[in-house]
Amino acid sequence: MASHGILDRVAIVGMGCTPFREHWDRSLDDLLIEAHGLALNSAGMVKDDVDAYWYGTSQSSASGISLATPLRLDNRPVTRVENYCATGSEALRQACYAVASGAYDVAVAIGGEKVKDGGYQGLNAFPIPTDGTNRTLTAAAMFSLMLPAYAERYGVDEDRLRYVVAKIAEKNHFNGARNDLAQFRREMSAEAICEMAAVAGRLSVFDCAGVADGAAAAVVVPAGRATDYTDAPLYVKALSLVAGDGSGLVDPAFDFTTLPECVAAADDAYAQAGITDPRTELAMAEVHDCFTPTELVLMEDLGFSERGEGWSDVLDGRFALDGDLPVNTDGGLKSFGHPVGASGLRMHYEAWLQLRGEAPADRRVTTLDTRSRALVHNLGGYPGEMVSFVGIWGTERD
Amino acid sequence: MSMTRGILAYGAHVPYRRLDRAEISSVMGAGGGRGHRAVASFDEDTTTMGVAAARRALGALDNTTPDALWFSTVAPAYLDKTNATVIHAALRLDSTIPALDFGGAQRSAVGALRAALTAPGRTLVVASDIRIGLPTGPEDGGGGDAATAILTGSSDDGPLLAEYLGGATSTGEFTDRWRTPGSAYSRTWEDRFGEQAYLPLVRQAWADALAATDLTADDVDVAVITGLHGRASKKAASGLGVAVADDRAATIGNAGAAHPSLLLADVLDGAEAGAVVALVVLADGCEVLFFRTTDALAAGRPTRSVAAQVDDRADVAYTRYLAWRGLLEIQPPNRPEPNRPSSAAALRRTDWKHGFVGATDRTTGITHLPPSRIGIAGGSVDDMDPAPMADATGTIATFTVDHLVYSQSPPVVFAVVDFDGGGRMPIELTDADPAEVAIGDRVEMTFRRMFTADGIHNYFWKAHPARG
Repeated sequence: MASHGILDRVAIVGMGCTPFREHWDRSLDDLLIEAHGLALNSAGMVKDDVDAYWYGTSQSSASGISLATPLRLDNRPVTRVENYCATGSEALRQACYAVASGAYDVAVAIGGEKVKDGGYQGLNAFPIPTDGTNRTLTAAAMFSLMLPAYAERYGVDEDRLRYVVAKIAEKNHFNGARNDLAQFRREMSAEAICEMAAVAGRLSVFDCAGVADGAAAAVVVPAGRATDYTDAPLYVKALSLVAGDGSGLVDPAFDFTTLPECVAAADDAYAQAGITDPRTELAMAEVHDCFTPTELVLMEDLGFSERGEGWSDVLDGRFALDGDLPVNTDGGLKSFGHPVGASGLRMHYEAWLQLRGEAPADRRVTTLDTRSRALVHNLGGYPGEMVSFVGIWGTERD
Repeated sequence: MSMTRGILAYGAHVPYRRLDRAEISSVMGAGGGRGHRAVASFDEDTTTMGVAAARRALGALDNTTPDALWFSTVAPAYLDKTNATVIHAALRLDSTIPALDFGGAQRSAVGALRAALTAPGRTLVVASDIRIGLPTGPEDGGGGDAATAILTGSSDDGPLLAEYLGGATSTGEFTDRWRTPGSAYSRTWEDRFGEQAYLPLVRQAWADALAATDLTADDVDVAVITGLHGRASKKAASGLGVAVADDRAATIGNAGAAHPSLLLADVLDGAEAGAVVALVVLADGCEVLFFRTTDALAAGRPTRSVAAQVDDRADVAYTRYLAWRGLLEIQPPNRPEPNRPSSAAALRRTDWKHGFVGATDRTTGITHLPPSRIGIAGGSVDDMDPAPMADATGTIATFTVDHLVYSQSPPVVFAVVDFDGGGRMPIELTDADPAEVAIGDRVEMTFRRMFTADGIHNYFWKAHPARG
């Protein structure tokens, strides 16, 4: 795929993120107002400084009006963005392109989701009229298909692999326990997770992302003006998005041990950023751990592990807070919670904190002395048919 | 009418699930009895069972299609709207072939069979029933669920498996068994009344039928004698002086509208050539039909006999059975119930939804399920051939068990199926034990009711473990 990227042409100069919670006492508007205020404050701006908005929500509201009204924006353009669970990153990507084009000087990407007003467990897709032949499987079940497939392909005992993915949940709970904004701030052992009842394939509830309400926002400006607002901007190194053609669900060659859309997006992003060895060039990564097998497979798809070795790298602690390449240092979707439209921006928020050295001391990465770039991976959909975002950000302007 | 008419093909569907009648008394403290009854799964209705039986009947033939499709049941999935049209669509019959429902009463099913045997052309007569009784009542344990399909026609249409020799009918009006529309179960008068009302009508029809066909009782090798009045049927059987076929009470139960043709199929499964078979049906009078089997029967039987289906089974717990029939409401997963399917979208894609027809790319040979206008490889546009997949078998590539998703009978077993000869589809499994499913298992397709929303039944295909 051909892309030029906008390397070092746009920078994030402010970010904000609400706590991700079951916010029974707060509305979507409340969460958007808070995230917006935190981001502008972080950039030292006021509302009138913002020229344009990209507002991501999966299904909590519709149209730009649902942002312009609670924020009482003064004749500003607001684009509502939806791209499944990659909605938040997609809003940011669009805002960056708008600034890179020169159309606007200051753009805000904001995402929010109010999932707990629905009255059902888990995330539930907005019903679209169909011929009734579409799958009705839960996302948990779709991603659970990857475990037996991976075990079969690489000859890993299924019980051992089940423990491996529980170790991923354990790591993300460990990190989330050190994050005041996270939904779940309690450590969980892999052994305890393995003991839990299966809800989808071998997966237990604790292999699934938390379901939370929340909002997050970023302010982006042309890179050349970034230091007008902050001493430590995050420069765009790469922005990539792939919308899969769904062939994995049609083509018997697809074996459910990889997410090809993520591989393609990562390849494109590494090319844009000039990264050849992500394992040694990235200081940390936030990846879309909607379910524990997803993070396992992503380690290979993003080039952090060799094919078939992700599981042993997990057991070796390579992706732990003190590992070679810390992944999901804020607890990830697993522990931070997953308000769909906000999650992509929440991932960037952690990259923002870590690269700027602002993460709390007890979960601060130790890779920054030699590395200055972070990867954010955000997907939406299911194995075989998904959208995948990969962004790379850095504190240095090349 | 000089040419001989009769049965060109037949098939039966006995659902995979059984209820052990002993469970009824152990749960309820009453009712039950010995043996098993056949139980339609939660995703089966009389229409889907009719599809299964019709596929089995037509599957024994090479490219023979009916001129008409007649469907009879007393437990229709729809009123006002024809149910036979769903079967018609699942069989991918041409729109010029009429599909009609014969509803309302048990008698309609055998009446449709008689009408087809005396009408011109090839008629596929499908009968289907789901028998529900109040818990502990006679039909709770004694009823059974099944469907049958019989293709009638003349010797000009192909080799007859059994010739129709003729018969007779008697009609009587008496309120022995009745059900008002909307009620799930029927009620009955006291037993002895029906017996004395039926027996003269049986004797009359039997005598008339023998006279009409120049047969004597001694010519009859075996008789199927059945009706929902068990006592009258038994008495009639002992009075006719002929050998009587197994009524399958111990292994299936009385499948109501489908039972006469089910027992006829069971007899044909084992009959020698040249055997005279009587079908005697007690239903608001009596229908008697005589058949003589032919040399073609041995080669024309369906691939799966009634007996084979009786043996291939798995028990369902009584409480789950009650939940399936709506007699016991259980807590579903806390997820939204599905929305009704769009009638407009369903009509646009009826080949896919009802016929399970995908598309095969003429250039790459890749089969696309669902059909696709643009291939996943090769870049061709609108260059696909229809790929009928309903009869395809496949292998499970990977699978999962979903305890979270809404279902009328959780959990949902879901598999990625790779079909022999090409094509992949992630699809729900049915009639499968979640603990026994494995990668590499072989599956075949079955037409099922996915769910019902706003009174619209959402029909589509599932896979189930291959059973030969």
